[in-house]
Amino acid sequence: MDKDTPRAHHDMGGAAKFMCEAVDTAPHGLTDFDKQVDAIRGILGAKQIMTVDELRRGIESIPEAEYHRLSYYRRWIRSITAILLEKGVITEAELRAALEAG
Amino acid sequence: MMFDAGANVRVKDDWPESRGPVHIRTPHYVRGMQGTVLRRLGAFPNPEDLAFARPAPVRALYHVRFDQPAIWQEGHAGDEVVVEIFEHWLEPA
Repeated sequence: MDKDTPRAHHDMGGAAKFMCEAVDTAPHGLTDFDKQVDAIRGILGAKQIMTVDELRRGIESIPEAEYHRLSYYRRWIRSITAILLEKGVITEAELRAALEAG
Repeated sequence: MMFDAGANVRVKDDWPESRGPVHIRTPHYVRGMQGTVLRRLGAFPNPEDLAFARPAPVRALYHVRFDQPAIWQEGHAGDEVVVEIFEHWLEPA
């Protein structure tokens, strides 16, 4: 019953393709990674470096295939990284160096 | 434009996501639909601007009630969907 509209892929409320799948309502445990990402977002908000609105915009701009493949907090870190690069808070070189340093 | 409780409104049938990067809080399934204002929830900086770190003018936010069967062609008469919608997405119906 989808209307023939240019719906953004994250805007999935009432979209027929998602109505055939049962919703997993079991509580999800948080991994250390999840908690770290949440903490990073909290610090960036407290320091007024980025808002939750920017976080959401960044999540929504993840390409559709990846969006559906990534976990909730992996979407967050993708968005946070993109926003920090976009705003010049970090550089590609700094990000690469940090990742290589592990 | 300000709306009182009980005002009949229509959500703009607008699709900014087809014109470029945006952040929108108005769900696709109410665009172009008629509803009724239940209450004004307050006024908040426009998240469509906050999402891009732009200056964000304060906009009124409303609870708007829609008939569910008209939106999803399912449910019973009297079933309703209530959505938070910013004033700039609403026009008098």
